[in-house]
Amino acid sequence: MTTAERTKTIESYAADFSKTDGGAAWLADLRKKAWAEFEKLGFPTARRGNELWKYTDLRRLDARAFVRGEAETALSGEELRKAAPWSDEWHTAVVINVRFAPEASHNLTASDIAISDLAEAAGTQQSTVEPVLTEIAPFEDNPFVALNTALFETGLLINVNSGAELEQPVHILHVVTDGPENRAFYPRTLVIAEPGSSATIVETFINLSEGSQLTVPVLEVSLGEGANVRHFRVQLENEHSIHIGTTRTEQPADAVFESTTFATGPAIGRNDVHTNLAEEGAETTLHGLYITDGDSHQDNEISTTHQKPHGTSHQFYKGILAGKSRAVFSGKVLVQPGAMKTVAEQKDLNLLLSHGAEIDTKPSLEIYADDVKCAHGATAGHVDQSMLFYLMSRGVSREEAAMMLVTGFASEIVDEFEPEPLRDFLYAKLEQIIPALDSEGIL
Amino acid sequence: MTTSSTPPQKISRETDLSDLEYRWGFVTDVDADIAPKGLTEDTVRFISAKKNEPDWLLEWRLKAFRHWETLQAEDAEPKWAKVKYPPIDYQDMIYYSAPKSPEDGPKSMDEVDPELLEAFDKLGVPLHEREKLAGVAVDAVFDSVSVATTFADKLEELGIIFCSFNEAVQNHPELVKKYLGSVVPYTDNFFATLNSAVFSDGSFAYVPPGVKCPIELMTYFRINTEGSGQFERTLIIADKDAYVSYLEGCTAPIRRTSQLHAAVVELIALDDAEIKYSTVQNWFPGTKEGVGGVYNFVTKRGRADRNSKISWTQVETGSAITWKYPSVILRGDNSVGEFYSVALANNHQQADTGTKMIHIGKNTKSAIVSKGISAGQGQNTYRGQVKIMPGAENSTNHTQCDSLLIGDRCGAHTVPYIEVQNPTARLEHEASTSKVSDDQLFYLMQRGISEEEAHHMIITGWSRDVIRELPFEFAMEASQLLKVSLEGAVG
Repeated sequence: MTTAERTKTIESYAADFSKTDGGAAWLADLRKKAWAEFEKLGFPTARRGNELWKYTDLRRLDARAFVRGEAETALSGEELRKAAPWSDEWHTAVVINVRFAPEASHNLTASDIAISDLAEAAGTQQSTVEPVLTEIAPFEDNPFVALNTALFETGLLINVNSGAELEQPVHILHVVTDGPENRAFYPRTLVIAEPGSSATIVETFINLSEGSQLTVPVLEVSLGEGANVRHFRVQLENEHSIHIGTTRTEQPADAVFESTTFATGPAIGRNDVHTNLAEEGAETTLHGLYITDGDSHQDNEISTTHQKPHGTSHQFYKGILAGKSRAVFSGKVLVQPGAMKTVAEQKDLNLLLSHGAEIDTKPSLEIYADDVKCAHGATAGHVDQSMLFYLMSRGVSREEAAMMLVTGFASEIVDEFEPEPLRDFLYAKLEQIIPALDSEGIL
Repeated sequence: MTTSSTPPQKISRETDLSDLEYRWGFVTDVDADIAPKGLTEDTVRFISAKKNEPDWLLEWRLKAFRHWETLQAEDAEPKWAKVKYPPIDYQDMIYYSAPKSPEDGPKSMDEVDPELLEAFDKLGVPLHEREKLAGVAVDAVFDSVSVATTFADKLEELGIIFCSFNEAVQNHPELVKKYLGSVVPYTDNFFATLNSAVFSDGSFAYVPPGVKCPIELMTYFRINTEGSGQFERTLIIADKDAYVSYLEGCTAPIRRTSQLHAAVVELIALDDAEIKYSTVQNWFPGTKEGVGGVYNFVTKRGRADRNSKISWTQVETGSAITWKYPSVILRGDNSVGEFYSVALANNHQQADTGTKMIHIGKNTKSAIVSKGISAGQGQNTYRGQVKIMPGAENSTNHTQCDSLLIGDRCGAHTVPYIEVQNPTARLEHEASTSKVSDDQLFYLMQRGISEEEAHHMIITGWSRDVIRELPFEFAMEASQLLKVSLEGAVG
């Protein structure tokens, strides 16, 4: 990219930055720093020597200007329930375009949690927010976190009280409304799970528009000692949109973090998850399923750092690829010197259903401690012919057999979506998605 | 092969390997014929003139040199490998040095400089013995110039050409011209480009159609002369339905300054042919403080035509830095590529090595078995690429890379790049990293085996899948090398 082009790209976002209400003074300062970082970095579009984006070409981000979307509240509860997983028992916080919409939300008040507007809380609860915001997801060298920090409007703060065990999930429902194309959205969520607490967080991203949009969410999860957070992320995008999502957590002693994702749809999708096992005995589980079809591109950048002894991490992703789509799994486990008794597993299994689809998988291990047990694996292949034969020899039609096998492949991950209404929603999605895949007639 | 002459000694984990003598660390005093320091177009012309090369080859070298200059200007020296070293001053090196010998070169063993022969004896290259006992023809390269070739007559009967690269340029220019740079073009990468400009000598083998080479071809490389780079160029061609097994083994004497070694090896397996290429690399790894040692930046690649097979086996125990990815371009239908590797990084050694398997033809198969051992403060990285191109129907790959860590200051890294563009391909990759199992150690030790011996047994067993791919004599040497290289790291 030439300097002139780059300046032009940045200018289009600068207009949004100048319109951003910085909020509390400390937050306004932070946003300025983040903006300066984005100005410095630009989008990571270089095609050479850009290992983090080796398989994902972002040049089309520079080709057009995405302007931050407007707040909108004209959405009926009916529409939401139809498009997204829903349970009346859940604590559902709805974010429409760029704003937290309490009026569309449901069941927000409960004894052990506080769900609030993050930008507001930056002023009213400065002592809670300031020490953690961007501490877990630093924007240095990360243009998307920088952009989000500079441009998010309301954001959400979810605070789970010390020792509380939430019975029902907190559901953060991000909705992009129908409307003009080339809008940009910067959802920002900060979850603070105090020591010993236990919570389930569901994040759903749905896009009700047909045009090309840009969504750049950032989720930071701050865990107290012994806290246990199960995170489920559902990314349902339209085929013209770009979705670059970042999830970050830092785990103190004995904290447990599980994150399971379901991603499908976008022209370019990126699911960037990093967990840092900062103290002894922490455990992290990062699982996911990605389904790509048509010209879709889904990139999974999954990394875990083991800083201290007795940490455990599991990375397990599965992909179903059809049409001319492309998916990427770039997993990394870093074991720092001294992080003895680390156990780490990393796995990426892929089903390729058509000529023209491409999987690029890169499960990598970087290990600086000897008393560890680390393993990884990756596979790519088609529907197993002997399994097909087995089913067909028992009278199951070829299409049905293939459908069973592909669904079965996906179910290993989908079954991990604990909350039942969510799991049911995803199985219903699979029933729509799988038969429609461009699989050269196998499905 | 003689075994280690060092007496068994009690070694603790804290002991460093280089407390033990580098067995082959001696310097031979040979009056070398040396090019002036630095690299310019004149250096390239000097080397080419020294070799009495035809114009086309000089032209090729010059093209490479000019391309290298542009790469230099772009700062295109590869930086992506997980290795650290101070910047290399390419103008502070000697690009050609040859042992003094009569213009015609030695005609028989008797004519070979006795000092060289003595050096080979120290290296454990018993030319005379081997000729009889092992049936191995040795084309020994000493500081870039071939000094002795045996078994030439026997090979000649079969039409097999096995000679130094320079001889091939003089006597078989049509073959060299046809295949040189056909697998690794001079534009390939920074170090291959450098090699293309300044390569001094190397080995050349051609096996005619339908011929199975009855003996294993072997070359010993040695680096000598303070501050000299060594730039071998090896070209091996197995014509249709031919078979050849080629062995390459290396040692180098102790030197203070780091020595750059940027070799290029090109293998061409035509339809139905098979090439087996085995390497034992034991160059000077530097002192235990990490001073000196060889920088081994090597480009090795094979082209596999229809129904052919190329197999790389390597045991890498030496060099301060290894940067090496023997690859196979599986362009013919039904071709097969294999890579077996044991790489060891002890003390301050850094190894970034692996392979590339590029599947282009239908029904192509590749197998990768990589074993990395890290000890002391060594850093060992497996970096490999498996690429299935859209037309590679029904291709398969199986990759297994395991790492063993010995001591808490070393590192073991695994970075596979798997790119699949065809749904009918089947691909599996698995890897594990751990230390030597306490249970296994305990089991052996409670039967009266010393801790060090137990370690050695476990490591030998663990690397067996690779070692057994080596020709017999090499397997013995390799196993021995692993033991010697790890002395002091375990216990």
